[in-house]
Amino acid sequence: MTAPLIEARQVTRILPGVVPTTLVRDVSLAIGAREFVAITGPSGSGKSSLLYLLGLLDLPTEGEVLINGRATTHMDEEERALTRLSFLGFVFQFHFLLPEFTIVDNVMLPMRALGRLSASAMRERAAHLLDALGLADHLHKRPDQLSGGQRQRVAVARALANEPPVILADEPTGSLDSKASGQVFDVLHELVEKHGKTVVAVTHDMGLAERMHRHIELLDGRVVADQSHANVTSLTEPSLNSVYNATDSPS
Amino acid sequence: MNLILDIAWTHVRARVRQTGFAVSGVAIGVGFSIMMASLMQGSQDDFTRRLVDTLPNVTVSDERRAPPPQPAEQRYAAVKIYGLTPEARRPGIKNPLATMAALEAWLPGRIAPSVKVQAIIRYANHDVATSITGIDPHREAQVSDLPKQMRGATLLALYRATNAIIVGDRLAEKIGARIGANITLQTSVGARLSAQVVGFFHSGVRQIDESTAYVLTKTGQILARQTGLINELRLRLKDPLQAREVAARIENETGYKSVSWQEANEDLLSTFIIRNIIMFAVVGAILLVASFGTYNIISTITHEKARDIAIMKSLGLPESTVRAIFVVEAVIIGLAGALVGFAMGYVLCLGLGSIRINNPFIDSDRLPLVYAPLHYLLAGGVALVSSVIAGYQPARKAARQHPVEIIRGAT
Repeated sequence: MTAPLIEARQVTRILPGVVPTTLVRDVSLAIGAREFVAITGPSGSGKSSLLYLLGLLDLPTEGEVLINGRATTHMDEEERALTRLSFLGFVFQFHFLLPEFTIVDNVMLPMRALGRLSASAMRERAAHLLDALGLADHLHKRPDQLSGGQRQRVAVARALANEPPVILADEPTGSLDSKASGQVFDVLHELVEKHGKTVVAVTHDMGLAERMHRHIELLDGRVVADQSHANVTSLTEPSLNSVYNATDSPS
Repeated sequence: MNLILDIAWTHVRARVRQTGFAVSGVAIGVGFSIMMASLMQGSQDDFTRRLVDTLPNVTVSDERRAPPPQPAEQRYAAVKIYGLTPEARRPGIKNPLATMAALEAWLPGRIAPSVKVQAIIRYANHDVATSITGIDPHREAQVSDLPKQMRGATLLALYRATNAIIVGDRLAEKIGARIGANITLQTSVGARLSAQVVGFFHSGVRQIDESTAYVLTKTGQILARQTGLINELRLRLKDPLQAREVAARIENETGYKSVSWQEANEDLLSTFIIRNIIMFAVVGAILLVASFGTYNIISTITHEKARDIAIMKSLGLPESTVRAIFVVEAVIIGLAGALVGFAMGYVLCLGLGSIRINNPFIDSDRLPLVYAPLHYLLAGGVALVSSVIAGYQPARKAARQHPVEIIRGAT
């Protein structure tokens, strides 16, 4: 395998406070090109925190996150912002579109922030992306005029705006009904299969996680399982059980 | 359109009412500042103009700033002598015509000789100390506005009676003299003269109107008991603001004490400085209060938009861009406020200028106002700068927010 796109080396994140909380504990993992990764775990297991660390939204207390082979802890705020802008795309549980802007403007936002394309090229690309996601009729609507599934697809289009090799998704289907959630999943799946993207998704939906290529399970901030597709089906049940049993027992 | 401008404009536009309040806060500040500055400057200019018009720009008198060294001092330079009485000099400017000719060679203005005498006017049981100036009515127009300030007669009326006198209107009022009244003049050198009031003048400066009178040069010389006496040269310059320099040069060349109008009215002019300080303090306070409105609205927007800020940051917009968005919003408010304020200030000035007021201390029944672009620039500039300062703090705070905390809070 070539150099991983995202790599975590002994990453620990402790939330300071009167009683410091450890969100992520000594996690090491590497994610390469064209991977379709699910991160699962019970709530409070640190799966979102890990995703934020991998996405440079948060800084590890210890350890190092490497993006495309480059260490990131020493980067300044500006440089990390630029890395996020050009290399990573984010999709959150809630669509997080800017409510005052039209769909096409929302998708153009990251392109404009990066400023590599001309205005007309940006508009064209945004329209093309939205068209590919089946939203061609809604370009000039505002987010509140769309359904939840449509909004989430707009969010995916926005995440793809600068053609990042990696899409990070935090419960992308968490707030959707099963039909819409299936559509969004298909979109993500297609990104990996047809467009060679790497998708890392945090989810609590085991059904979805099973359909992904790789499955990382967290518990109390630690990776307790990391299986690739072939093993997923056979190992999901026992590992799930162990996870839920473990949460009840004091550790 | 630029991304920062676009987002900032959208935020501001989405809250018409709130931004409207902030904008009108700034606008009221700017408007009233302009109005105040206009009124202050206007009244000051009006007053200065009257001073300049009424009094000669420079007055050269036969006095000296320092008493000339006495013969004894000159002779025994090494000895300090106390108690020397200065030598009595013959009053008057020596060879006034030659002096005037010498000054006229370079003077950027006109010059007129006169006689100044201190006298007591006696009339109907009133004794009033008066400064009497003996003038040449034909030359007076060149050095002062006295011909224009005449009431009820022209300056040439001085030729109409043997000992004609023109008194200030307030002085006339004080002693109860009317035109044709015969008043008695008594000077310190013992001259006593009966004079006939032939006219009044009104300069608008109270101090002058109640203690000044004009006679012919000849009459003045009789009062001073010295034929051919000229003890004062009065000058009017093309540019009154040069008076200080001109006065200094005359004093340097002739040795006679030369007083510019600024020096003569230093106490009055210094009160202007205090007035201006008060004005700037009040105007500054108004604009400061207005900037609190800007601070408020920017704080509110950043709070409401915490989610948007988080999402923009998570997408990869750098902190500086997010901060710039909110600073630009403050600039938009400041700019809009300044522009509306300009209109408001102008309208306020028009309104103020249309009010009739009867003030015994001001001749015109309108308030003196000045329409100066500088006032607009100053008020607008201060409003803009204070808006930026007011907006910067919440903008910085908002931009520094950790996106994760907000995203977590939302999920």
